[in-house]
Amino acid sequence: MSTASDDTLIRIDHLTKTYSRGGQPIPVLMDINLEVRRAEFVSLMGPSGSGKSTLLNLIAGIDQPTSGTIQIAGVDIATLDETALADWRAANVGFIFQFYNLMPVLTAYENVELPLLLTNLTRKQRKAHVEATLEMVRLADRMDHYPNELSGGQQQRVAIARALVTDPTLIVADEPTGDLDRATGEEVLALMDELHHDLGKTIVMVTHDPKAASRASRMIHLEKGVLVDDPADAH
Amino acid sequence: MFIFKLLLKNAFRHKLRTLLTMVGLVVAISAFGLLRTIVDAWYAGVEGTSSTRLITRSAISVGQPLPRYYAERIRKIEGVSGVTWANWFGGIYLDRRNFFARFAVDGPSYFAIYPEYQVSDAERIAFMADRQGAIIGRDLAQRFGWQVGDTIPLSGTIYPGNWSFTIRGIYASPDPNTDESIMLMHWSLLSENLRKRLGSTAAEQVALYVVGISDPSRASAISQDIDALFRNSTAETKTETEKSFQLGMVAMSQTVLMAIRAVSFVVVLIIMAVMANTMTMTARERLAEYATLKALGFSPAFVVKLLFGESLMIAVIGGAMGMALTFPLTAAFMQQTGTLFKVFEVSQTTLLYQALAALVVGLLAAAWPAWKMSRIDIVQGLRHVA
Repeated sequence: MSTASDDTLIRIDHLTKTYSRGGQPIPVLMDINLEVRRAEFVSLMGPSGSGKSTLLNLIAGIDQPTSGTIQIAGVDIATLDETALADWRAANVGFIFQFYNLMPVLTAYENVELPLLLTNLTRKQRKAHVEATLEMVRLADRMDHYPNELSGGQQQRVAIARALVTDPTLIVADEPTGDLDRATGEEVLALMDELHHDLGKTIVMVTHDPKAASRASRMIHLEKGVLVDDPADAH
Repeated sequence: MFIFKLLLKNAFRHKLRTLLTMVGLVVAISAFGLLRTIVDAWYAGVEGTSSTRLITRSAISVGQPLPRYYAERIRKIEGVSGVTWANWFGGIYLDRRNFFARFAVDGPSYFAIYPEYQVSDAERIAFMADRQGAIIGRDLAQRFGWQVGDTIPLSGTIYPGNWSFTIRGIYASPDPNTDESIMLMHWSLLSENLRKRLGSTAAEQVALYVVGISDPSRASAISQDIDALFRNSTAETKTETEKSFQLGMVAMSQTVLMAIRAVSFVVVLIIMAVMANTMTMTARERLAEYATLKALGFSPAFVVKLLFGESLMIAVIGGAMGMALTFPLTAAFMQQTGTLFKVFEVSQTTLLYQALAALVVGLLAAAWPAWKMSRIDIVQGLRHVA
């Protein structure tokens, strides 16, 4: 079992996840123990089917473990019901998806504003937050554009702004450069670097790309549902 | 405000699909309104009845005549304030399609019992003075462009021969439920014709009596008294209130009315199925979006609101347009049917039912997809994109 320290943000103990397909149990994650410190940029790597996206989903609170505990900032999210978990995600997690997952009928501004609708901020306060965040991702001049009027890289930057606008404790990114060409992917990774270094955000990123993974401060490998080669274990 | 904007943008994301769904709603809601108005119009005659009038007809059927001399005996019954009689004249004016009601009546007693048929004294005197005279309703005059002094040729059906009548007056009524599309002619003229052709027995027969009573609360007792008077005679009677008589006439068309009612609801059910299909397709297409919203922290109730809101928005717009279209539609229908219906107006009840139908369509169409989407597994929904 891992030992918790004061700056531990994520603490996972004996986590397992098993899916059932056609009545057959299919283990996806087996006895995962992991700790992630605050302001760490962790990349989760592994071949397809290794369970890295499942682990990310469990950390983000959009999936439930079969057994074990996941504590994020001291909260065991595995024990939260659907409503409490939704509230927790709104307050603590920023999502970056491979295909951006922006609302096509909303402008860049409105997409970024979306998570703020779940807060108690006034319209004026929301406006200030959205504009500042779009400025940060260098899209202030495109805030009135719809997703289909933006390039892939720009759309992902809007998605990053959406993930960032509520100032979440944790940012989870699932293959954030998977749908982008090399140059645009680099821009997005550079932006994530900024989030990590300049804003001190804790980021957990799933990627296939070793070059993208190398941006992280720590690389974790998963194979067949088991953690292998976690540099933190060596410490 | 934000959610309203989102609903509006979502509703018109697939403009053609939304437009076609709305067109379907407009057609369904206006057709529903038109069909209900037709049913209402059928019953409009009932609304125009008086509580101070009874109808006495043959106990066998309304087609069986009664002896003319019953009038004097009915008049003597306590509570009866007046008696008049009428025969259905039938006949064709130029073409069978030019249908309107024609009654041979006893002028003086008829107008005394039907005070709502208002005609000037001069016209009434002119009618009384001319055995071939006729009084027609205002709607009928407008329909054929007739004026006082015009001649109406009728080809006899029930009473054979070529008949000719001169319009001596045009009646109108302050009561909107009064039928202003009737033609009245002298019963005495008909009687005289029958006497010549078929003899005195045929000449002294009437189709029905209209009995005036002064106290509506005694309608039942007086009806029983009248029928008792002719019990065990060769022509027994059946007396009922004018309203009951009219309802009985409407009941003869009950099957048709039931069919019209059924069609009106079927139309709504069809559009409900179309709308439900639209909403189901919409929800399936946006699976990943709803999963994203839930991942961001929006509750399942928010997703439900989005789907119900969008469905209701389409239903309300389509329903309102359908309701608005009902008015010109009924006006066009009225023009085509001439004076077939006494009153042909879209009632407030019909408008209320139309609004309710649109809302029910909007709500039910979104029920299944909203329930499904509220339960969507976020991970599965997000994979929908990948």
